[in-house]
Amino acid sequence: MTSMRASCGTQDFYLGIDVGSVSTNLVVISGAGEVYHKEYLRTKGRPIPAVQTGLARVHQKFPDIKIKGVGTTGSGRRLAAAIAGGDVVKNEITAHAAAATHFHPDAQTVIEIGGQDSKIIILRGGVVTDFAMNTVCAAGTGSFLDQQAARLGIPIAEFGQIALQAKNPVRIAGRCTVFAESDMIHKQQMGHSVPDILAGLCAAMVRNYLNNVGKGKEIRPTVLFQGGVAANRGMCKALEDELGYPVVVPSAFDVMGAVGAALLAKRHIEENGVKTSFRGFGVSQAHYSAGSFECSRCANHCEIVNISMDGKLIARWGSRCGLWEQEEIAYQSPIDHLQELCYH
Amino acid sequence: MKVTFPHMGTAYIPFRALIKGLGHEVIVAPACTQRTLSLGTRYAPESACLPLKINIGNYLEAAELGAEAIVMAGGIGPCRFGFYAYVQQEILRDIGCDMEMIILEPPASGWQPLLARLRRLTKGVSAAQIARTLRLTWAKLVACDRLEQLSLTVRAYEIRKGSTTKVLQQAYQEVDRAESVDMVTRALRDGLANLHLVPQDRGRQVLTIGVVGEIYTILEPFVNFRLEEQLGEMGVVVRRKIWLSDWILHHLVLSAFRKQREAGLFRWARPYLQHFVGGHGLESVAHTVQLANGGVDGIVHILPFTCMPEIVAQSILPSVGEDYQLPILTVVVDEHTGIAGIRTRLEAFVDLLASTRAKTGSHSRSGGLLTPAAGHSR
Repeated sequence: MTSMRASCGTQDFYLGIDVGSVSTNLVVISGAGEVYHKEYLRTKGRPIPAVQTGLARVHQKFPDIKIKGVGTTGSGRRLAAAIAGGDVVKNEITAHAAAATHFHPDAQTVIEIGGQDSKIIILRGGVVTDFAMNTVCAAGTGSFLDQQAARLGIPIAEFGQIALQAKNPVRIAGRCTVFAESDMIHKQQMGHSVPDILAGLCAAMVRNYLNNVGKGKEIRPTVLFQGGVAANRGMCKALEDELGYPVVVPSAFDVMGAVGAALLAKRHIEENGVKTSFRGFGVSQAHYSAGSFECSRCANHCEIVNISMDGKLIARWGSRCGLWEQEEIAYQSPIDHLQELCYH
Repeated sequence: MKVTFPHMGTAYIPFRALIKGLGHEVIVAPACTQRTLSLGTRYAPESACLPLKINIGNYLEAAELGAEAIVMAGGIGPCRFGFYAYVQQEILRDIGCDMEMIILEPPASGWQPLLARLRRLTKGVSAAQIARTLRLTWAKLVACDRLEQLSLTVRAYEIRKGSTTKVLQQAYQEVDRAESVDMVTRALRDGLANLHLVPQDRGRQVLTIGVVGEIYTILEPFVNFRLEEQLGEMGVVVRRKIWLSDWILHHLVLSAFRKQREAGLFRWARPYLQHFVGGHGLESVAHTVQLANGGVDGIVHILPFTCMPEIVAQSILPSVGEDYQLPILTVVVDEHTGIAGIRTRLEAFVDLLASTRAKTGSHSRSGGLLTPAAGHSR
């Protein structure tokens, strides 16, 4: 660690921030594209303090680190970019794909199961050719596993290990989490062992994922399994059993979105030779406030969101006509950055 | 009689002219907002598709402004829409909203019922005035479609985000205000000219996306989260085959000639779908094949949740996509759809198309078929 500290003063680093529904991840990558440091925080419904805490932690560990670029992703990507000063604001699909192909250029399928959403990305020759995200239902995501582990009094970290001890996994109805839960209770009252029930739950979740999110998609190896749920060995085994071949869990599996955002920021900065918009680690001490109002100037009644930093307006969005968007962090048209999207 | 009608994109412009021309007072419902949707979902059956819910919201908001009668289209065929006017009539009666429903629908057997309903609207109006009104309505309908069509290209090149939409809205207002066919012609000419004058970066590399799907969700920007504006602002030229004027022409006016029109669609859809499935299911398949031949980079297929005809199309489109090497994104909307989810999917889809373009250097069509299918290229 000390040697890292000593060297990081002269090197270039890029920051990736992924603000998701459940977790907020910050990743620092080196100029060579290696993951240098990662921070995993719970969003707890408050994305602004989560980003600030994450930045404070990075700064505390590496006080003289030089950030050359910032990329943000996740459902809170615009907010994160406004707070930290983002150079690249990217959707989760593109970010995950960028990270996947960076570490595993031969990847043809990316399975990502997060807290509240799950997605599948089909890659051919390093380019995304198809993708899908769960639509109307969050069954089969991390939140449900969390909830069931809590109900059985099992720490989520041990869930996978216990599931692996199963001798005869039971079959659990997995289409809807409400029914899955009643079915699990039924199986437990019948006298099935906890490992058998957990392994059955994993198998049901995998089936649900493949039948919904993965429906009609051509899943070919190498398959990468990423997102927080990939930490669950029981889920990995259930997925491998269903597919019939091993899956690869990348070393940074739980922060791949943030890694992808950092890589896209690196590419953007290097190829365009621009200076970063990063506001500096000082923002972790700043006071941010978010407010909204309904504009009544026309029939659209847009919901306008204001983000202020120490009382000064720094970002505003939500209007259709652009009237209110003084300092908008514009969406970067991918067409202007074709080369950046060609992953290698 | 104070008359209103449900919203569907810019349809209020020609409909206003039509009803006004027939001597009635027009009550245009306020543009669709979250409130419209909330009112609709409160009274509509949960499993009905989104158009029914928004329509109910429109009626109730128009009723607040004093509307007494509703003109609504009906329909025939397997799509539930054909039944909605009657369901809505019942719902309004149940909640004690006393509005008269005038249902215009293509005749299933004779023209008598339609003529009787039209007479309810045209009582005491001279034949010359009816003819004049129909001409004006048609002119406005076509003008709106042509303005929108041009905006779908211009927006992809605009330098300042939102400038095309602004000019387009002004042009719509001019068309709406026009009181004669000549004035509409002038408004259209000026509108088109102004759209051309929007500052553009024509050197920009743009992508082209074809939009197919159910007509209401395509035409009403409130329910599709301004899909076409969003795509345009990402630098995407949008192409589509569904226009309000076509729909009026084929659905209401010339439905007697449905067979001929379908023959054209059948030709494109033939390798994948050989019969009418209701709504715009057949169109979605046929249009995807047509657009694929026209060299689009990808297709966005949009439908309301539980839409039966489009579910049929949705299950067929992946094979079209495979044959033409054409990425297809399906967007399903209902009252639970959030704009963030749509935005993420659209951004990811545009990234996908852009990276495919970067990889292949041009449109990804090279590996695909060049004619609709070997079966009918003869």
